[in-house]
Amino acid sequence: MVASVTNLGKSGVSDWLMQRLSAVILAAYTVFIIGYFLLHPDLTYAQWSGFFSGTCVRIFSLLSLISLGAHAWVGLWTVSTDYIKPTGLRLLFQSATVVAIFVYVVWGIQILWGV
Amino acid sequence: MQISLYRYNPETDSEPYMQNIDLDIPEGQDLMVLDVLHLLKEKDAGISFRRSCREGVCGSDGVNMNGANGLACITPLSSIVKKDRLVLRPLPGLPVIRDLIVDMQPFYQQYEKIKPYLINDTPAPTIERLQTIEDREKLDGLYECILCACCSTACPSFWWNPDKFVGPSGLIQAYRFLIDSRDTATEDRLANLDDPFSVFRCRGIMNCVTVCPKGLNPTRAIGHIRDMLLKRAI
Repeated sequence: MVASVTNLGKSGVSDWLMQRLSAVILAAYTVFIIGYFLLHPDLTYAQWSGFFSGTCVRIFSLLSLISLGAHAWVGLWTVSTDYIKPTGLRLLFQSATVVAIFVYVVWGIQILWGV
Repeated sequence: MQISLYRYNPETDSEPYMQNIDLDIPEGQDLMVLDVLHLLKEKDAGISFRRSCREGVCGSDGVNMNGANGLACITPLSSIVKKDRLVLRPLPGLPVIRDLIVDMQPFYQQYEKIKPYLINDTPAPTIERLQTIEDREKLDGLYECILCACCSTACPSFWWNPDKFVGPSGLIQAYRFLIDSRDTATEDRLANLDDPFSVFRCRGIMNCVTVCPKGLNPTRAIGHIRDMLLKRAI
């Protein structure tokens, strides 16, 4: 067993599952948003704003935002453990990644609920 | 034929270099790469490489030939040589001891980690522990691994984390014992593999499958281990 504390789920299988599930959610959300654009070629701000004021769209958007954060955490953590060999630099990169993900998620929630 | 050979003697060379050697290949024969290495050694006795059985069983002459890992003894020149040029390098990702000889220690350490032996905590029977024909068949495609290291040293995940990622060879062996009906340590074995590195560093690029000289499929075995870990965790 290889020790690891900075990955998302603390076990290999949880990280693996998290990344797959989040990928499915992100794929579904991408199709959903592209589909909405295709169905509304002459989109106005009022329509767009109304679309995002619906509870279901907000829940789906928030789910996708959190999925993106989880997906990025697992992915970038993996990249950092592959390519950044000095421990200090790796810890710095991983910490910066987690802080950035946190900022983006909170910022995203603010935008989503600010519509 | 022009041979470009990786040379490094730590006693005399400050760094490795590629040596170009012109070699006459006997007409009308499709030599194996190991034969070529022997011809080279006749020219320069200092050229170093490992070999033993010369028939693809012992796994000692794994080398990188024109960019692809394989066993020199069972790789005919016709299958890899292009434009009459052969580049020979040691297996990538392992420390070089001399010329084509690599230090296999990091590879063996991963093999050791998966406890490559049968563990059974029930009282020993008076005769052998028997298996059904079906249970025995599950080991086919797994037990044949000869530990030549061609697969693990073709794997970028093993290059980046040779101390943490078990690697395709170790994992095909791990699955060989996980699936063995006579082994009772399945839970312990799985618990030892459930970290983000040991198994999950495999990204399924299948270099291991491409190079395995025995035609085995470590990626499939890794997939089975992942399924077992998933079933255990959910």
